Amino acid sequence: MKVHFKASYDDDIRLFEDRARLLKYAVLLGLMCALPFVVSDYLTGEITLVLIWCIAGMGLMILAGHTGQVSLGHAAFLAMGAFSNLWFMEQGIPFLLALPMAAIFTGVVGAIIALPILRLSGIYLAIATIALSIIVEDVAIIAEPYTGGVMGVFAPPIEIFGTMIDRYGTPKLFYFLCLVCTVLVTLAYANLLRSATGRSFLAVRDSEVSARALGVNVTRTKALAFGLSCAVTGLAGGLYAHFVQIVNYESFLILISITMVLQVVIGGLGSIHGAFFGAIVVGLLPQGIAIVRDFLQGTAGIDISAYPGLDTAVFAAIIIVFIVYEPQGLYGFYRKVKAQWELFPLARRDMFKRSKSYLKTERMR
Amino acid sequence: MADVLQLLIGGIANGCIYGLVALGFVLIYKASEAVNFAQGDMLMLGAFLGITFINANGADLPFIIGLVAAALVLGAFSYALDRFVLRAIFGQPQFAMVILTIALGFILRFFAGTYFGYDPVSLETPFAGDVWRFAGISIAVVDVIIIFATCALTFSLWLFFGRTRLGMAMQASSQNQMAAYYMGIPVKRVNSIVWGLSGVVSAIAGVLFAAKGAIEPAVGLLFGIKAFAAAVIGGFGSLPGALMGGLLIGVVEQFAARYAPSGSAQIAPYALMLLVLILRPGGLFAQIAQKKV
Repeated sequence: MKVHFKASYDDDIRLFEDRARLLKYAVLLGLMCALPFVVSDYLTGEITLVLIWCIAGMGLMILAGHTGQVSLGHAAFLAMGAFSNLWFMEQGIPFLLALPMAAIFTGVVGAIIALPILRLSGIYLAIATIALSIIVEDVAIIAEPYTGGVMGVFAPPIEIFGTMIDRYGTPKLFYFLCLVCTVLVTLAYANLLRSATGRSFLAVRDSEVSARALGVNVTRTKALAFGLSCAVTGLAGGLYAHFVQIVNYESFLILISITMVLQVVIGGLGSIHGAFFGAIVVGLLPQGIAIVRDFLQGTAGIDISAYPGLDTAVFAAIIIVFIVYEPQGLYGFYRKVKAQWELFPLARRDMFKRSKSYLKTERMR
Repeated sequence: MADVLQLLIGGIANGCIYGLVALGFVLIYKASEAVNFAQGDMLMLGAFLGITFINANGADLPFIIGLVAAALVLGAFSYALDRFVLRAIFGQPQFAMVILTIALGFILRFFAGTYFGYDPVSLETPFAGDVWRFAGISIAVVDVIIIFATCALTFSLWLFFGRTRLGMAMQASSQNQMAAYYMGIPVKRVNSIVWGLSGVVSAIAGVLFAAKGAIEPAVGLLFGIKAFAAAVIGGFGSLPGALMGGLLIGVVEQFAARYAPSGSAQIAPYALMLLVLILRPGGLFAQIAQKKV
């Protein structure tokens, strides 16, 4: 295992630990850039969707993973971002402006909504956000001038400096658009975490009481985290609208909210990597199940397409396995394997043993 | 006037079912501080069990015996669920349980859909379609049965928690697991028992629900969330509060569907819940105080 000798305070908050780390990410980025020229256009589309889920997952990760506030209603903000982006574009605002405007709009609305809701904690917050998600579903039908009612809205084509980008016409360009957004959001997120604001998020997550004692304005911090989280989710929503081409109230059902939470949990709460791992699982699971189905039908003659909803059930089963055996998610698993590898053969079996914990009530009676 | 009374009674009967499911939530919350997001799906399972036992093309048992059988089977099922699945995350943060029960709900829905089919079915009862009329209003017999059953169940559960030794043990183990251990309470077994009890309550709610209208596997999720809203309005952890919250939601929903513009009936319960949460964060029968260090 490599030991980092820290010679200054800057070493603590450096974005990349060392050159090797930087090189690894550069190689990854290079691979991602080369990807659409290697795989088919269909797969490029699927990977684009994974990238959009990555952005949405990072949005939720800011809130759930780093500030410790669980929202089970983030599809509402996905919807807000999508509808506002399309509405801005219909008003003649170019895409390059409309997308950030949609993100800012969603973020501001989120922060305003957050102020009363964030007085709640834990389970109550989760329930309030579920209610929010359901209300937005119905509002999307009622607010017809902006959302097209039951019919929904078509996404107009994207034009950036004279280049037309279309999900079906030019899937490669759309892929690069999403990739650029993902990289920008990731860099911003990583930078946020090493700033004072990001550290105050962590302080609030670990203990509100001690954060307050250290001079963190807890209410302001939570509202800021909620706003930022909503803004990033709104950005993902705007891209998602262009990905699916037509959005209506059915695109953002409560199930999407729940899937988003399951995504960050399966990836690993409290790490940017987790959002990416989770997005890969959520985005590629239907493909994986389709491959297994074809395989089973071809070799064993078993027809599992006779069971509708199997993919959600498999997804749920994976979640259960993770919650029971690996609460740190895929990223936690990755870190364990990595540590075993680096220490080989010196790793001890109970190195990652969880300490016994007991639940204490929040009710004071 | 008769119109308003009619709506009120319909709302109360619906509200009783929300209240019963909310009772299931509150039972588990009171005893283990866990929130069971699969409660709506347990209602759905209970209803399907009732249909299997009672309907003519099923086991064709009398209504009461079928109800008891469904309650026993679902009770045993949820006891086993806690014993063999949920106990694995004993002592973990509350959020882990939320995720786990959401995932369990997905799986229950999948199995119910595969086994019972996705078409809506309803329960055949001896009193289906019977109506009492007086003073210009008509009351369905099934509504009366629902209201009485709910009141009786709530009252006996309330007595159980406040008066019996097991009920006290449940309250103690939720408030401080470690201290409860030291007092000699077998906390894990108590948790399993309360899950079983909650299964019994949701089976009864499910059978009553199926007697009133059709049931399908997908009904669980939204119904669960609505019952959730009921529990929150009442203040999580209070049994009479859960029933009150359920009644409130049932009545508000009926009146919103009748008098408010279309589309607002679906929103009304949640808007009511958000309002209560913002004005009185602990619910109407609050049990939560400011957290101290």
